Amino acid sequence: MAAFKGGAFIPPRQAPEIALRGSDGGELTLGRYRGKVVVLEFGFTHCPEICPTTLARLADARRKLGASADDVQVIFVTVDPERDDVARLRTYLATFDPTFVGGTGTEDQLAGVRKSYGVVSDKQKSLFGGAWFAHSSFTQLIDREGNLRTMMPYGRTADDYVHDVRLLLSERAVASR
Amino acid sequence: MVTLLAAGACGAVAWAAFVPITSPSRDQVFEIPPGTWARRMAGHHDEILPHSIRLTLGVKDVLVLRNLDDVPQMFGPALMMPGQTFRLPFDVASDYQFACTAHADGQLTVVVEPNPDTAWARLRWRVNTLLARA
Repeated sequence: MAAFKGGAFIPPRQAPEIALRGSDGGELTLGRYRGKVVVLEFGFTHCPEICPTTLARLADARRKLGASADDVQVIFVTVDPERDDVARLRTYLATFDPTFVGGTGTEDQLAGVRKSYGVVSDKQKSLFGGAWFAHSSFTQLIDREGNLRTMMPYGRTADDYVHDVRLLLSERAVASR
Repeated sequence: MVTLLAAGACGAVAWAAFVPITSPSRDQVFEIPPGTWARRMAGHHDEILPHSIRLTLGVKDVLVLRNLDDVPQMFGPALMMPGQTFRLPFDVASDYQFACTAHADGQLTVVVEPNPDTAWARLRWRVNTLLARA
């Protein structure tokens, strides 16, 4: 088995399904993207560092993937539904890459999704007013068959994402020969 | 006798400084043993994952977490199904902070040290390893 740069789950398990409102106006489910590699990130649009850094690297990774990027879908699920509505998610994500899709829902819906992925999020009061969230910073990679395969820690490079996404993209190519 | 001891000490220091550090496996493994959840429900809180984990590039630079219990468990940063392994390699020396519900402050620190590729670094690495085992 080829070595991933991120943390690999062995054996993989089926990624829990999500059903949220998508920033593209439709229902956001993983099933919509079966056949693609899904990169799943949890965060919030007011995040000062972790989320924009990761999203910028993912946008860079998509550019480096060239035509293969058509088979990759980045999904950004908010932990801050109070401020991150569909319109804000769409505008925010478009500044990184117009293909990125955001997901939002009720507090309960989002808490359920986080729990199923082992993502923690803790709302805290900002010294400057408003709220911020201490949240898990791993990005989850889901293969074309919908299996949760790896978790990439915060801070890894765009090249690390490219490496792992290419490994996942190559799996169907091998299987379909 | 003193001369022999001094010669032996010098030999040990020279060995520690100049013999390359190798490891049969680069995996640093931590396991949730079977029955952990049941013991926790009975009020026992076993410390399975240390608050801080030290890894060394080229020697032990892969963090391996295994859930051998029969229920899903949050282990470090990963939600792991029964029987599942999480294998996370590192290739950059740094301190990594991960959210971890197993610890009171919610943090797990993984300290990844550079490969000890000089005489002084090898000597220091071996001394630190000995001290950590003591």
